[in-house]
Amino acid sequence: MGIAWFVVLSAFIFCIGAAGVLTRRNPLVILLCLELMLNAGNLALIAFARASGNGDGQVFALIVMVVAACEVVIGLGLIVAMYRRKLPIDADQMSELRG
Amino acid sequence: MLLEQILFFVAAGGAIAGALGVVVLRNPFFSVLALVGHLLALAVLFLLLRAEFLAAAQIVVYAGAVMVLYVFVVAYVGGIEEPLGSSAGPLRVLGPVFAAALLVEVAIATVGSGLRAVDSTGPDVAAGFGSPQAIGNLLMLRFLIAFEMASYLLLVAAVAAVVLAQRRRGLEEAGGERFSQVGRRPERGPQAEDPAAAGTGSPGASPVTEREPADGTGPAEREPATAGTSASREG
Amino acid sequence: MTPVSWGWVVLLLPLAGTIGIALGWRALPGRSAGWLGSVTVGLSFLAGIGMYLTLEELPHEERRLVGSAFRYIGTDTVDVDLAILADPLSTFMVLVVSGVSFLIHVYSVSYLGSDRGYARFFAYLNFFVFSMLLLVLAANFVLLIVGWAFVGAASYLLISFWYRRDTATSAGIKAFVINVIGDVALVVAAFLILNELGTLDYLGAFEAVREVPHDEGVLVATCLLLLVGAFAKSGQIPLHTWLPDAMEGPTPVSALIHAATMVTAGVYLIARCHPLFERAPTAAAIGAVIGTLTLVFAATVALVATDLKRIIAYSTISQIGYMVLGVTAFAYSAGLFHLMTHAFFKALLFMGAGSVVSALGMTNESIDRMGGFRKAMPFTFVTFTIGAAALASFPLLSGFFSKDEVIAYALHRGGIYSVLGIVAYAAALLTAFYAFRMVFRVFFGEPVPEAQQLAEGELAHVGPRNPLTGEEEDTDVGFPGPEHHIAEHSWSMKAPMAVLAVLAVVGGVVAIPGLTHGVETFLEPTFAESEFIADKPAPADQLKDLAIGGVLALLGIAAAYLVYIRRPGLARSARERLRPVHSFFAHKWYFDELYDRAFVRPSRGLGRFGRTTVERVLVQGAIVGGATGVVRAGTALARSIQTGYLRAYALLLLAGVCALALYFLIASG
Repeated sequence: MGIAWFVVLSAFIFCIGAAGVLTRRNPLVILLCLELMLNAGNLALIAFARASGNGDGQVFALIVMVVAACEVVIGLGLIVAMYRRKLPIDADQMSELRG
Repeated sequence: MLLEQILFFVAAGGAIAGALGVVVLRNPFFSVLALVGHLLALAVLFLLLRAEFLAAAQIVVYAGAVMVLYVFVVAYVGGIEEPLGSSAGPLRVLGPVFAAALLVEVAIATVGSGLRAVDSTGPDVAAGFGSPQAIGNLLMLRFLIAFEMASYLLLVAAVAAVVLAQRRRGLEEAGGERFSQVGRRPERGPQAEDPAAAGTGSPGASPVTEREPADGTGPAEREPATAGTSASREG
Repeated sequence: MTPVSWGWVVLLLPLAGTIGIALGWRALPGRSAGWLGSVTVGLSFLAGIGMYLTLEELPHEERRLVGSAFRYIGTDTVDVDLAILADPLSTFMVLVVSGVSFLIHVYSVSYLGSDRGYARFFAYLNFFVFSMLLLVLAANFVLLIVGWAFVGAASYLLISFWYRRDTATSAGIKAFVINVIGDVALVVAAFLILNELGTLDYLGAFEAVREVPHDEGVLVATCLLLLVGAFAKSGQIPLHTWLPDAMEGPTPVSALIHAATMVTAGVYLIARCHPLFERAPTAAAIGAVIGTLTLVFAATVALVATDLKRIIAYSTISQIGYMVLGVTAFAYSAGLFHLMTHAFFKALLFMGAGSVVSALGMTNESIDRMGGFRKAMPFTFVTFTIGAAALASFPLLSGFFSKDEVIAYALHRGGIYSVLGIVAYAAALLTAFYAFRMVFRVFFGEPVPEAQQLAEGELAHVGPRNPLTGEEEDTDVGFPGPEHHIAEHSWSMKAPMAVLAVLAVVGGVVAIPGLTHGVETFLEPTFAESEFIADKPAPADQLKDLAIGGVLALLGIAAAYLVYIRRPGLARSARERLRPVHSFFAHKWYFDELYDRAFVRPSRGLGRFGRTTVERVLVQGAIVGGATGVVRAGTALARSIQTGYLRAYALLLLAGVCALALYFLIASG
């Protein structure tokens, strides 16, 4: 399979993730969609690593995975904190940072 | 060859199905499960691309640890079961539109632009390509700093998570009465008094210390205190 | 010692006086500030005499010495030094200025004895003398302009000396503003001179104008600008309105600045720049016409004015008109001689007026409230009458010789100057009349209460009040002091008045036509290259013209005697019958009203326009408000994007990425 297939698939998954971020209200699901986008990026990286023949892309993808894990931890911690303070778990109602 | 192509399409289908499931399914728990499936499909795709170590890492770390964490939180927090089509007006339409636009652009960029490297399957690589040894080599030799930084980042994230999720005395009473939650489980009711009774307790030691005032002091606080203690142990 | 070194001494003594008094006035006890000031100017006068004597020792051709302190500007095209010129004209002016200034300093020691600003007064007065000496000793136009400006500043400081009086400060501002017009004209004239003649040195410039024929148009323009400067300083039409108002200053100031010295700076300027004027006869003629017009105008106004000091001020304006007529008719020695005698008798008149005003408690200067002071103030009466007689050209007094000599030269010059000379004769008649109007109104007639009190030996003490507006004042700093001094009671006032009276009587002997030529011969080296120096009227003609002048003076005095002594009702009936004429004269030919309408009101309107429209609408509204409005609108626009909705931000992000990708797609393919 040519690399192009993988890249287009990655783009597809990325866009599904983006649409999900924009359309869902539950912050947990928004985070999940963010994970989707990150994974799509990983796929693209690994595809290009295969295409260029050296493993740099794979290391990059590994680090991305680490970062994604950290980000998930923080995000979930935030949601738990929000829940603890009896705030609604709804992205549309968290709008106090307005100008 | 043929196996490879079949495997590719199967895994791709699985990945897309998982992705769509994440976005479309209303119950957040089901979304998490869909993502797990997606991750597994992605691991297969990694294998197809000769990234064995990363496929394993994906399953063990990502699907295994991160998603489990997710499951825990979803179970704890729950979140709303959104009705279909609940997004605010313009976002319902614009979101998918822009996403589709981006897809089209990237597709054109990859396929339509005639990049030579993209069309090929890549050069023949050595047998150890993508193996743990190869990744380890790269991490320790060429990307040492990135490796160390990533470790740092993990440490910071862990500390931050602990700090974020800490129980803060007094703050929960302040934020308690302002909002109400849709779809909250009913046994959360006495939880409202819990912070008042648990105000004297320190975070980590709350199950231990709360028994003492329940036993020792105020008879009026005994009932809600015990109920609060049991409720707090749930959380 | 050379004349130039004497010149430096002359110049630096009053400067030392100013600085000494200004810095050390706290340490100076009692009235010593006044004596210090007088001594420095007195020594300056003695140095002036030294300058004169050493100059006389030199042969005629060499009596022009320039002494330079340092090079102020040294460039390829122009060199300007801090230099003084010691020649007969500057020596003459130095002697007149320092001599009369010394006498006035002595007079002021007593006159302002109780004033809280005593030391300040003498510091200013010394500064004025320094500036005036700088003006007359300057060897180039730059230093002249410096001295000119300093003199204007000193005049302002001294007119507004009693600074808490609104009338005084307004008068000071008026004087300064009109002087500035002259200053500007002078500076532009200096530019033209530099441009045309290539240098700003007197000697260099005058030599250049003599040797090479120059464009007469430029010379006429230059001379007209010099005339504007001279008229602003000397109070000729149309820049004269400040001089009568300048009587707000203390009387010694009026005596010094507005009689003897500052107002003569214009005449000095024209005399100094005579080579330019001789080659631009049009400008000289214009100057003469304006001078004559001024002398008639001022004489008519002095006829009907009621404030004693202002009558004398208009008389000054008129007499300077004579001097201007003299020097623009190229009769330099005559004009400058009249300058000298005028300094004597005018200062004397002012000193006498000061004494009279003091007798009235300094609350009143109107001759309507004066009368019969003859018995109460005999010394003042005698000296004042001598001054008035000299002013009126009473035969054989100094004014007789000087004023009528000017007219003689004018008649001799011919052409338009003859006409002007005849007009000057008519004005001389008026001069004699109003001079003795003053004498008869103040010292004759029924004694007013203050006079009666004084005759019994008691000086009137009326509450401190502004003599012009009548408003109440106090006697602290910024207002006149509590005590009023009259000449009879203080010898420091008597002595200078006596000296001036003697000079006013005998001063004419140095220039009796046909007999003595003191002034003429002395000034000759300066005017040696003038083509008119030899063109003098014959002594017989001069004596004839003098005789006519004398007769006119006697006629004027007789007429005044008639009107004010014999038939007192005549003045009032004349006023009734000629009411419009009287009103025209009393309003000073409506010059002030004209200027008010032409300049003051438009300026005020412009200021108001600036404040309301430009400031409020344009600056505050458009620029300040507009700028802030634009910024606010912009930020409001930016703020509207911050909705607080997470997903809206995400949408914008995605849209941005799409756009970027589109751009790259298009750009690369």
